[in-house]
Amino acid sequence: MEKFTKFYGIVAPLDRSNVDTDAIIPKQFLKSIKRSGFGPNLFDEWRYLDQGEPDKDCTGRPLNPEFILNDPRYRNASILLTRANFGCGSSREHAPWALADYGFRVIIAPSFADIFFNNCFKNGILPIVLKEETINYLFTEAIREKPIELGVDLSSQQLIVPAGEVLSFDVDPFRRHCLLEGLDDIGLTLQYRDEIRAFEAQRRKRAPWVF
Amino acid sequence: MSAKTLYDKLWEDHLVRTDDDGTGLLYIDRHLVHEVTSPQAFEGLRLAGRQPWRADAVIATPDHNVPTTNRASGIEDPVARVQVETLDRNCVEFGITEFGMSDTRQGVVHVVGPEQGLVLPGMTVVCGDSHTSTHGALGALAFGIGTSEVEHVLATQCLIQKKSKSMRISIDGALGAGVTAKDIVLAIIGEIGTAGGTGYVIEFAGDAIRALSMEGRMTVCNMTIEAGARAGIVAVDDTTIEYVKGRPHAPAGEIWDEAVRFWRNLHTDAGAVFDREIHIDAAGIAPQVTWGTSPEMVVSVLDRVPDPEQESDSTKAEGMRRALDYMGLQAGTPIKDIPVDLVFIGSCTNGRIEDLRAAASIARGRKVAGNLVQALIVPGSGLVKAQAEKEGLDKIFIEAGFEWREPGCSMCLAMNADKLKPGQRCASTSNRNFEGRQGKGGRTHLVGPAMAAAAAIAGHFVDVRDL
Ligand code: SF4
Repeated sequence: MEKFTKFYGIVAPLDRSNVDTDAIIPKQFLKSIKRSGFGPNLFDEWRYLDQGEPDKDCTGRPLNPEFILNDPRYRNASILLTRANFGCGSSREHAPWALADYGFRVIIAPSFADIFFNNCFKNGILPIVLKEETINYLFTEAIREKPIELGVDLSSQQLIVPAGEVLSFDVDPFRRHCLLEGLDDIGLTLQYRDEIRAFEAQRRKRAPWVF
Repeated sequence: MSAKTLYDKLWEDHLVRTDDDGTGLLYIDRHLVHEVTSPQAFEGLRLAGRQPWRADAVIATPDHNVPTTNRASGIEDPVARVQVETLDRNCVEFGITEFGMSDTRQGVVHVVGPEQGLVLPGMTVVCGDSHTSTHGALGALAFGIGTSEVEHVLATQCLIQKKSKSMRISIDGALGAGVTAKDIVLAIIGEIGTAGGTGYVIEFAGDAIRALSMEGRMTVCNMTIEAGARAGIVAVDDTTIEYVKGRPHAPAGEIWDEAVRFWRNLHTDAGAVFDREIHIDAAGIAPQVTWGTSPEMVVSVLDRVPDPEQESDSTKAEGMRRALDYMGLQAGTPIKDIPVDLVFIGSCTNGRIEDLRAAASIARGRKVAGNLVQALIVPGSGLVKAQAEKEGLDKIFIEAGFEWREPGCSMCLAMNADKLKPGQRCASTSNRNFEGRQGKGGRTHLVGPAMAAAAAIAGHFVDVRDL
């Protein structure tokens, strides 16, 4: 996994709560056996006016002018600002794959669905939880004529707002460490190989019906 | 020793190690796999030159993409076919048992696991699928994971997790006649909301839960994820043990007795403290129908479609407006006046034998209404289908005008050919009514199986208790 470094990015405001993983990447794209190439179909049903299919080239498809990501102001956005319970629904990791492939590195919301939240960290995306009123403030800023840029510094857990103001956010220390270092957690877990073996042997004795 | 919750017991029993910051390494007993969320995980193993830690802990079956008609001719959609074949190939390569498309044991992974006795009380169970929460009904700790974690569990038999907070939802008293497990769980989600369970593992308790069959408990635990929780669990009792007994992979003989002794301890101790407790009166629950595009947008069949103008929270009101617009509904319309175009009975929520019996009891001797485009019955597994046929349920359905299909996820998520056309309205026994879930522009109302069958017969929603 790529290391997560400090960066500046444009904020796209997606003003909806309960955005589910079916909306983030509709099911027909889940038939792919690859991990990449989902970006053009991110938010497919909202983004395009026609029906998207896995083998359809997206370059000539009619865009929905009302969908926020189609607004030229947010074309190069890498930070998604959204509402409560983002990523609810299925466990599909295709959702963070699509968001990352599109170019999002950070998602800011008042709350996230649990499995989606986990999946983000495994794919170099930083989900940031902020208070409702901070979110409201960022929305009023982000919809202005000129889009706003935020600075994101994961190591100091700070967001730098255009006015120069600094907001801090919380991240689980283990996850922060993995993101900063770009660590593969399988490798980390396998360091405890012997402990797992010992546990397993003991479990086999205690609950033989499990094996 | 201090009093423990069932979740505490299950957690501690599987903890390989804990980091200073409380991050746990949890041993996983059973890993269920399907075709959609696994190919990239197997590919990851291959690229890293890794082997599954314990291939015998893994069981696979294709379900999301499989056709529900004409099994013999294979999968027409070439992209879906590649995915199912990839699962077949991966299972052969890595030595994993698979119930393939032509095996009678094939079905929706969450129906197959318990049915085979592959999920047992006290286990930790994972699957690259959010509805893994279903298995908590057996007193197991079960949760959905993403593909990276699927790869992690394949490679290490463990999962890195932090312990969740605990919540107990007690459904006190007895349910009224005609009210089912689906109504309980929809009523819970209506009460606590789709994010109400975020960060929690929920234990379902109370007389009404104790009185449910295993199938009913699975329905409740299945939709725990729609309440935002990581997992749902129900304590082990006689119902659990009776259900497990004699299943193909359940222990037998002396080990069975030993297992039962252990399982009898799988309940919350008296005096254990939960982070949150909720009580709901069972007698107050009526048959539920969702009206919007989130499972929390739910009312009783006796109610009307709610009015966003009455909602004080502006973000919520906006969400309601959008939902009404998408659903093509007017605020104030009585639920019973909403006509349906299709009916779907199946899925990991309500595709088990008891669900088909409930639907058949309504369909018996009646006919599907003339305004219906299609009424589908999709058994949750090949064995559910065989059992239903043994009981003659298939004939009841076919005579009434329902279509009797092969097992799979089908119109629950419409990855195969079974899907809604834009604007079509469906009474569905599945678990999600998101925009486009059952097909782009399709409109989904979630209900229990008897309510779905009754809507098929009437052509609109009706209170199943009036039939
Ligand atoms: S039946 Fe529906 S919810 Fe259940 S596993 Fe299949 S697609 Fe998911």
